[in-house]
Amino acid sequence: MSSILRFLTSRWGPVITGVVIGILAPVLVKLGNPGNMGVCMACFTRDIAGALGLHNTSVVQFIRPEIIGGLLGAFGAALIFREFKPRTGSAPLVRFLLGMFAMFGALVFLGCPWRAYLRLAGGDWHAIFGILGLVAGIGLGIVFLRMGFSLGRNRPAPKALGWIMPAFMVLLLVFLLVEPQFGRDASGNPTGPIFLSESGPGAMYAPIGASLVVGLVVGFLAQRSRFCTIGAIRDMILLRDNHLLNGIVALIVTAFVTNLILGQFNAGFENQPVAHTDGLWNFGGMMLAGIAFTLAGGCPGRQLFLAGEGDGDAAMFFAGMLVAGGFSHTFSIASSPSGVAAFGPTTVIVGLVVCIIIGLTMRTART
Amino acid sequence: MSESDVIDARGLSCPQPAMMARQALQKLSKGTLEVIVDNSTARENVSRIATNLGWEINIDERAEDDVHLTMRK
Repeated sequence: MSSILRFLTSRWGPVITGVVIGILAPVLVKLGNPGNMGVCMACFTRDIAGALGLHNTSVVQFIRPEIIGGLLGAFGAALIFREFKPRTGSAPLVRFLLGMFAMFGALVFLGCPWRAYLRLAGGDWHAIFGILGLVAGIGLGIVFLRMGFSLGRNRPAPKALGWIMPAFMVLLLVFLLVEPQFGRDASGNPTGPIFLSESGPGAMYAPIGASLVVGLVVGFLAQRSRFCTIGAIRDMILLRDNHLLNGIVALIVTAFVTNLILGQFNAGFENQPVAHTDGLWNFGGMMLAGIAFTLAGGCPGRQLFLAGEGDGDAAMFFAGMLVAGGFSHTFSIASSPSGVAAFGPTTVIVGLVVCIIIGLTMRTART
Repeated sequence: MSESDVIDARGLSCPQPAMMARQALQKLSKGTLEVIVDNSTARENVSRIATNLGWEINIDERAEDDVHLTMRK
């Protein structure tokens, strides 16, 4: 057992993590999750935002156990391997903002980088525009890193700080299981504070236990292997290091094979699940997500797992994503299968400008 | 070892520790470089970059959050 666990920090770690995600994500779709959405950090965080009443788009409200499990799995791994180190202080407000814009970009595309790769592995060729945008955004982020961009150093924090996010996840799990309905609508029917979809993608989910276990397993493996869907491309370009990229290749190949076996591979540009066909804004949305994730130091999954390790700055990034999950619907930013929303393209342009300003102005703590 | 051959990468996000180490190693081409990190991820990343570039590496873990990586070529 210990040799297997050591294996996870070797060069095989990201590959093993990618293979496990590549199998389990399509299985979750088979068990009930929306198409090509076995795991999506952006869509699922948006669903949680809706379930908490931060937006009222009734088809995308659900407390996704994969997110809860992911953070708690990483938390457990960090505790077991003595890597639970509460820390904060590296420009938390800027990270909150980057989390917001990463989320807006991802929801214009309709998927985080994890789902971009899973969509590709399911035959959704529009994912290619998203992935190209992602690479462009990461490339732009790298330009700023090379120019000396830095959000500064974090500092050790009291242990209690690191327990906030795990406690929040447990609270979300309680909300999901109890589904409290304290409020009353105009007709006197019970409503809120927890809202769960009765139709649409929010009502499509695998059994809660299965989703939670997948989240725990993926969170555990990813914490050990440092799996990162942004770092994969960033390190290849910036450091000529394919350590993390091998994990992404493993994920795509395994998910492709698993989809074939499960009869879920459906190649084409049109009629793909929870996706639209606007190539320009599939590219643009993910370009914004790519630069925001790169400036913040990692993909949404990595931010979630770092938050599980006690990283308060990564937790602020997640908080930004959660709040943006609400705004993305109340401000008509998130796309739908019928196409981009009224303010999606404008938000992408504003987000790119904000990220460029952040990239040019944040340059503290270089030694 | 001169002051400039020590990099304090403690508390910095990915990819900065590995990027700073790589830039310094390429600039030095041979000699000694010390990089100080405070977490396992940065330690693994800097070690891998140094090894890939053909540098010998010695790890001195003075405390969990005070790890000195000395690279020689």
